[in-house]
Order: sequence, then C-alpha cells, then structure tokens
Amino acid sequence: MTTLASDSGDGAVAERKASGVATWWPRLRPLLLAAAFPAAMLAIWHFATIGRPGSLIPPPYEVWLELRDLAFGGINDDAYSKTLHIHLLASISRVYGGFALALIVALPLGMLIGRVPLIRQLLDPTIQILRPVPVTAWLPLAMIIFGLGPRSAFFLVFLGAFYPILVNTIFGVRSVEPRLFEAASMLGCSGSAQFFRVVLPAALPSIFTGTRLGLGFAWVVIVVGEMTGVQTGLGAIIMEARQLSRTEIVISGMIVIGAFGFLSDQLVMLIGRRLLAWSPSHG
Amino acid sequence: MAEGAIPILEMKNAGKTYSQNGRAIEALRGASLRVKKSEFVCLIGASGCGKSTLLRMAAGFEAATQGDVLMWGMPITGPGPSRGMVFQDYGLFPWLNVRDNIGFGPKSRGRTRAEIRETTDRFIELVGLQNFADIYPHQLSGGMKQRVAIARVLANDAEIVLMDEPFGALDAMTRERLQDELVEIWSRTGLTVIFVTHSIEEAIFLADRVVVMSPGPGRIDNEYSIDLPRPRDIASPEFNEWRRLLSSQLHSHHGRKAG
Ligand SMILES: Nc1ncnc2c1ncn2[C@@H]1O[C@H](COP(=O)(O)OP(=O)(O)OP(=O)(O)O)[C@@H](O)[C@H]1O
Ligand SMILES: [Mg+2]
Repeated sequence: MTTLASDSGDGAVAERKASGVATWWPRLRPLLLAAAFPAAMLAIWHFATIGRPGSLIPPPYEVWLELRDLAFGGINDDAYSKTLHIHLLASISRVYGGFALALIVALPLGMLIGRVPLIRQLLDPTIQILRPVPVTAWLPLAMIIFGLGPRSAFFLVFLGAFYPILVNTIFGVRSVEPRLFEAASMLGCSGSAQFFRVVLPAALPSIFTGTRLGLGFAWVVIVVGEMTGVQTGLGAIIMEARQLSRTEIVISGMIVIGAFGFLSDQLVMLIGRRLLAWSPSHG
Repeated sequence: MAEGAIPILEMKNAGKTYSQNGRAIEALRGASLRVKKSEFVCLIGASGCGKSTLLRMAAGFEAATQGDVLMWGMPITGPGPSRGMVFQDYGLFPWLNVRDNIGFGPKSRGRTRAEIRETTDRFIELVGLQNFADIYPHQLSGGMKQRVAIARVLANDAEIVLMDEPFGALDAMTRERLQDELVEIWSRTGLTVIFVTHSIEEAIFLADRVVVMSPGPGRIDNEYSIDLPRPRDIASPEFNEWRRLLSSQLHSHHGRKAG
C-alpha cells in the first residue's frame, strides 16, 4: 500500500516542478516526428512531378484540388465534382455492414469452435484450408454467386473481416488460464455459468484484437470488393478513374480511404481502452 | 456437538496416480490425515512430495485414485464453496476489481446486490484494502493480491481454507505481515486452515500441527503438534528447538539421497 501512495506523491511533485519547454515539448515531439516522414515524401513527390505535363502521376497540388472538387465541387465541374459524400457513404455502409455481419457470424462461431470439441473437429480443418485463400481470389466466384453489384461487394468485405475475428475469438476462448476455472468452481460458479463469468471476459482482449483487425481488413478489401461492378463507392471511382487515366482521382480516393480507415481504427481503440481498462496491455 | 467426533477433513489411505502420456506417476501414496475443525495444519516437505496434490484432492480439483477424502464424513466429489483455495499465483480474475473479485462467490450463489455489497465491504476491511476496492489486480502488489485472494475465499463462507505456498512469492517483510494477519484472522473466525509451505519457520510459526511429507512416492512421514503459546516468538529457545527438530527430520531424507 505504501508503494502506491508514495508513487502518486512523487508524480504530483514532478508535475509541479515541470514548466515551460518541459511541458509542451514531450507532447509536440511525437507529432513532429510523425509529420516529418509524410512531409518529406510530399516534397519528393512534388519535385519529381512538377512541371512535367506528360507525367502519369500528378503533383500533390493537383491532387489537393481534385480532392476539394470531389468534396465541394466548383473547380472541374465534371461528373465527379461534389460526389465524394455519395461514394464515401456507399463505402462506409459496405465496410461497416460487412464488418457487422462478420462480427455476428464470427463471434458465436468462434466461441463454439473454441469451446465445443465436436464443432471444432467438424469445422476447424475446413476453415484452416479456406483461410489462406485471398479475398481477391473469391472475386470471380462471388460475382457468379451474388451477381454483379453491391451484394458481391458486401460479401467480399464480410470475408475480409471474418477470419481475423474468427481466429482471434477461437484463440481467446481457448486460452483461458485453467487456474481461473478452478477459482470460479471453488467459488460456486460451475458448468455453463462459467462461460459468461470466466470464458467471455477472459477472451475479451483477444476478441477485441480480432475485431480491430477485422475492421481494418474491411477497409483494406473495400477496393477489391467494389471491383464487382458497383457504380458508387471509393473503390468504384478508383477503378473507374484508373481506366480514364485520372490518377489524381485515384490518389484522392486512396487518401480518403486511408483517413477514414485510420479514424475508424481510432474509434475502436477508444472503445477498447474503456472496455479493457483492467488489462495491462490495453488499459 | 458431534463435530468433535467427526473430523472436518479426513483422508483415509488416500493416493493419487496421475497418468501422463500413458505413463503413470504416483504423486501420493497411502496418505491418512484427520483435521479437526478450527485446526491450523501445515504441510511441509521436499519438492515433489505431493503437497499440492494432497491439497488439490481436498479442494476437489483432483479425485483420489485410492482411498477416501471426506469432509464431515462425506466424500468430496468436486470443488465447492465450503473449501476455498488460495493459490501461490493468486488466481484472481483480472477483469474484476478488488471488490468484484471478493464478491464473485456471493454473486455466484445468487445473493442480492445489497448483501453482496455488505459482505464485500466487510471483507475488504478485514484485509485492509479499503482504499483499493476499485483497483484491478494488475495494479496491486503481490501482498495485496494475496489479501484479495484470502478475502475472496472468506467472503464465500469457506469452512476450510487451503493455501498452497501462498506467501512463497512475497518478500520477507510482506510475508511476515501476512503471516501475522492470517493468524489473527484464523484465531478470530474459527476457520480450518491447511497450509503448504517450504519454510520450516513459517510452519512452526503458524501451525497447530506440522505434517512432514517425503517424496518418491509422496507420502506422509510424521506429524508434530506444535504446543507453543501464541503469539509465537521466533527467537525463543523453544521455537529454535522445533526448528532444529523439523530441520533434521526434513534433511534426513535428503541425506539418504545424497549419501
Ligand atoms: N497434473 C499432473 N500430471 C502429472 N503429474 C503430476 C501432476 N501434478 C503433479 N504431478 C507430479 O506429482 C508429483 C507430486 O507433485 P506435487 O505438485 O503434488 O508436489 P509438491 O509437493 O506440491 O511439490 P512442490 O513443493 O514443488 O510444489 C510430482 O512428481 C509431479 O511431477
Ligand atoms: Mg506444490
């Protein structure tokens, strides 16, 4: 007890002493470091492409203009002007829809495979063989089964999110410390009650990791998913713009996917930190 | 009361043979032991002599492969709230704070919120963790974790507390303080304690009776009633005498192996 008390005391003293440079520099430093590399890349990109009209890669400023045109219009006034929100919304709904479906299927399935030997023996080998098949390879089959259009896209996003959630859920519910089952049963919690009071909370960090990876993959496969002939979506305009050699639109789409993928991951992390405050590696 | 006649815990010629990859490992042979209610028994002996096995059989985690293990004369068929175990590695639920760890047993038994609250408050106070009720196990020191583990078992109205080297991982100062507190709690509550230790001193300090075990296969060798008055003074000549006696008892087995 004394150690905890004295620790917090030391912290308070250190904070009072700190002033001026010492307070803002530690916060600014990581931001500067994080910005340094993209800034350098941007500079290289700029000087490598500027003043070359024949270049297939447009300079950053043109991409910036295109991005603004996509979002607000008023610059090019072409078919793409002011359409970003439509494509963004379409992609977001596919990403989150496919991800939600993956969650609904993979969580219970993973728990069953992890905890019920019969189901594990029945399904695990098949899953292990199907898992290495990349989402891209499913594309033709998806289009045959689900047809051209959003349903195929949805399926491919689902598939991308499915395996990380499933695999981590199985791992989580299988790797509960045996000691915790002993502790629960000697305290009067036995049988199926242990599933909700021991297995599930113990598996939560793994399940969370799988969920985070799954959502990440859903963003990663969105472009492939929207190669299925859908009209809207960030992936769709990227593929379309490629055929029209509108590289600035391709890059704009990439930037938007990156930004929203990042934001969505931050959101998940925020939820995770609240939910897993007890875990030394998450809290 | 009939309690005087029937021991709270009895082992009759109990043995345990584990089978591991088709190989049989005899961990314990012919163990007979009677523990009276409110008795403090220490098990001591070289590594691998079956102390943990004996304790786990009493807890109901392992079934005896020979003989009987009885509580109040009835066979023990599995783990249950009447026998609480305190593990060396604590075995706390990392996702529950101190209060909820202690309340786990009462909650399992369907107590109301108010009852659980009352019980947890009482036992948090008993082990002196009032200021840490909302803290998660990974933020606690080893000594505090072990206090929680003890409170968790007591909050569940355990009659027998089984402790497997509970203080083995703690530093000497924390260890001594917890020994004092354990004796204090034990003498106030009338608990029955079976306590495994590697430390002769700890055994003499705590126990009404010390059970000496030896390996190959694990068995009970001898029992000694420690008749020293409490609180015990580890520097007294009587204490030292016990220390010498038990130490020669334990080392005679090593001597046989070495020489
Ligand atoms: N689950 C198990 N499966 C197979 N063998 C086991 C198992 N548990 C214990 N044993 C073996 O049984 C014997 C007694 O083990 P036990 O853990 O009871 O000894 P111990 O006296 O507690 O030792 P220590 O002082 O090291 O804790 C050892 O030889 C051990 O290897
Ligand atoms: Mg042991």
